Amino acid sequence: MSRIGVFVCHCGLNIAKTVRVSELAEFARTLPDVVVAEDYKFMCSTPGQELIQNDIRKHNLDRVIVAACSPLMHERTFRKVIENAGLNQYLLSIVNVREQDSWVTEDEDVATTKAKALINGAVFRARLLQPLVSRFIDVNPDVMVVGGGIAGIQAALELADTGKKVYLVERSPTIGGHMAQFDKTFPTLDCSACILTPKMDAVLQSSNIELLTYCEVEEVKGFVGNFDIKIRQKARYVDHDKCNACLACTEKCPGRGVSEWDEGLVKRKAIYIPFPQAVPQKPVIDRENCTFFKKGKCRLCEKVCEQEAIDFEQKDTFREVKVGAVILATGYDLMDTKPLIQYGYGKLPGVHHALELERLFNSAGPTSGKVVMRDGKTEPQSIAILHCIGSRDKNNHEYCSRVCCMYSLKFAHLLKEKTHGDVYQLYIDMRAPGKGYEEFYNRLVEEDVKFIRGKAARVTDKTDNPDHAGKLIVEVEDTLTSQFVTIPVDMVVLSPAMKPRQDAKDMARLFNLSTDKYGFFMERHPKLAPLSTMTDGVFIAGACQSPKDIPDSVSQGTGAAAEALTIVVKDKMELEAATAIVNSAACCGCQNCVRVCPYGAPMFNYEKNVSEINEALCKGCGLCAASCPASAIITRHFTNDQVMAEMEGLMEF
Amino acid sequence: MDFEPKILGIACNWCTYTGADLAGTTRLKYPQNVRTVRVMCSSRINPSFIIRAFQLGADGVLVGGCHPGDCHYGTGNLYARRKLAVTKKILEFAGMEPKRFRVEWISASEGKKYAEVVEEFTNDVKALGPQTKFKIRKD
Ligand SMILES: Cc1cc2nc3c(=O)[nH]c(=O)nc-3n(C[C@H](O)[C@H](O)[C@H](O)COP(=O)(O)OP(=O)(O)OC[C@H]3O[C@@H](n4cnc5c(N)ncnc54)[C@H](O)[C@@H]3O)c2cc1C
Repeated sequence: MSRIGVFVCHCGLNIAKTVRVSELAEFARTLPDVVVAEDYKFMCSTPGQELIQNDIRKHNLDRVIVAACSPLMHERTFRKVIENAGLNQYLLSIVNVREQDSWVTEDEDVATTKAKALINGAVFRARLLQPLVSRFIDVNPDVMVVGGGIAGIQAALELADTGKKVYLVERSPTIGGHMAQFDKTFPTLDCSACILTPKMDAVLQSSNIELLTYCEVEEVKGFVGNFDIKIRQKARYVDHDKCNACLACTEKCPGRGVSEWDEGLVKRKAIYIPFPQAVPQKPVIDRENCTFFKKGKCRLCEKVCEQEAIDFEQKDTFREVKVGAVILATGYDLMDTKPLIQYGYGKLPGVHHALELERLFNSAGPTSGKVVMRDGKTEPQSIAILHCIGSRDKNNHEYCSRVCCMYSLKFAHLLKEKTHGDVYQLYIDMRAPGKGYEEFYNRLVEEDVKFIRGKAARVTDKTDNPDHAGKLIVEVEDTLTSQFVTIPVDMVVLSPAMKPRQDAKDMARLFNLSTDKYGFFMERHPKLAPLSTMTDGVFIAGACQSPKDIPDSVSQGTGAAAEALTIVVKDKMELEAATAIVNSAACCGCQNCVRVCPYGAPMFNYEKNVSEINEALCKGCGLCAASCPASAIITRHFTNDQVMAEMEGLMEF
Repeated sequence: MDFEPKILGIACNWCTYTGADLAGTTRLKYPQNVRTVRVMCSSRINPSFIIRAFQLGADGVLVGGCHPGDCHYGTGNLYARRKLAVTKKILEFAGMEPKRFRVEWISASEGKKYAEVVEEFTNDVKALGPQTKFKIRKD
């Protein structure tokens, strides 16, 4: 005989609007072993929690059932509630009558009947619940940050500041991310390098940060508190311990590769640092374009290197890093606009994408900050900036990329400053929600920029009008005047969608994350846990979660650092007690469990001829239990009896 | 009155259960015939659970797990996939209509898919009528 209390939450009207909550409580009172059942507006609030705790004491309850939102939302909350009232936290069952009931039907009868079935199932299961004792394990105090853009840099610096050791893993030869490519940043127009490079340098100087550039995550083992991560150090063919950053090698090198940094606008050397302010200041050899690797001779860099740092024999190396928490800040890719043939990118030389223009603005860029056509000298007399290329577009990316309106305005301002041309903005809606953003827009309206409300339909170089010969013709419907207009310009700038990194899915798989329907990393909860993921101990920050600007990425970097800290400041952490154990009397010694377990938790005891499970390694998935032909393995909290009892309760209604 | 089937759902915590929650958060509407048991991993599912559900009078059983390769525990759902494929064969051999048992891989972000699968499966089971073959009558 147990003594069960059932607590039905209204969740304001979220549940009570479709589920007849008092009828539910009344129904619960008729169920076996239920000694009290109550309903209340917000069970998770302080009065709601007290209601549960008072009833536990008053009625001497030994099991608690809360019918409310999903267990993924508040199971932890209510576990604490009953624990504080003296009950073991595992003597709780959550019934999901919100996400999987009241929110997914409008029919009161249907919702109420389903809720009754779910409560009945929970009562059947609750009677068989067993108290479990939590286990504690040591926590590794270090943190890994993957991605050295502004979000990752911010997170790493904050953590290092608290005295924690941080491994910052960056796949390219330098940190900085997209922000390092920009000249100015909206809405303040402060110089990107002036605010970013000091932070990059601080990373280098910090004794708490181990900077791992040109590295990638290869394999992830372990779990929150104790991750075991294998890092691949890609071969640089330059020994960075010996290199003194004189860069004589980069001057002599005859090899040429496409400069990723300059968005392919120019070539760079085969031995290179991506840009003059790169961190670290030490070069790598791009094997594909190196004359020696291609033809077997050259070695000029080796000849000029006084440090003897060039090493053509270098191989990729691997190392294992142990950390307690991980922050992913891998950022975004700009959408490739070539497939959108109506805009002519890649075919019409006057068509540029947004990052190319950023490089033209940049004084450290290929044109030393001059905005010129691809010939390298002609200044455009007229420029059209096309918003929402591939964003807010059902055929490409349905979502709004959030930053394009603002950087397009920034472009307009800088173009006005750097050229004498006419500037057109072709936009669907002007989106400027952010501190100082609307004001920035108003400023631009005053700056003689021509705003046309409408999404560009096409860019072409074909025209019957002799005045327009040699121009790019942008076709657009001006939706304010409902007129179809054609605008002849010299240069077209596309503002393409920000999209998930090409390999975001692989990263998600490595770290066991979910991705949203577009492929961005998914947060644990869109409002309440935007930086956490479904994998405990793995956090996300910046544009890898969704398109974001720099202020938001920085805030998230700091936030994720704080989240990671909540784990690594503790010496020990509590582990789920719902692990598997072997009933050795029933074990037949087949070792199925040993073979199937992904964590190596079951081990065969050859003396006793039975399997034993190492609790510290067990994650409680239950695979071994379902694979045991002798039913000798018990997955605690999800035992066969408990699951079957719940099924029985569910099927009664 | 229309026949309203009773369907037992078994969903893994990390993908399908979360996906079902997402269907709720986005307020999708779908038939409410599925009553779900949450397990940590689809690999926890013992074939006997499925048979037991039918004995208890379930008109259909719907199992959901992470997409193969995306299992929270690495390889759990690969074992589940095989095990449940065999279970399906055994059920069919024992005379159960194949459409009464369905296994679907639904990720945490696929709220819409969850709602669609439930709707489709509910209709399939509805068309088959009550399941009596395995049901143990209580006297
Ligand atoms: C044209 C343009 C102009 C913009 N202008 C502005 C502006 O003026 N103001 C503003 O606020 N915002 C602006 N933005 C937005 C800004 O770029 C982003 O907010 C910011 O870059 C996001 O930073 P992040 O660190 O999240 O990502 P990123 O800048 O993308 O950095 C991610 C880093 O992670 C690394 N990485 C990726 N994958 C891996 C991996 N698997 N392993 C290891 N490392 C990896 C990358 O190499 C990179 O260094 C602009 C965006 C565009 C497209």
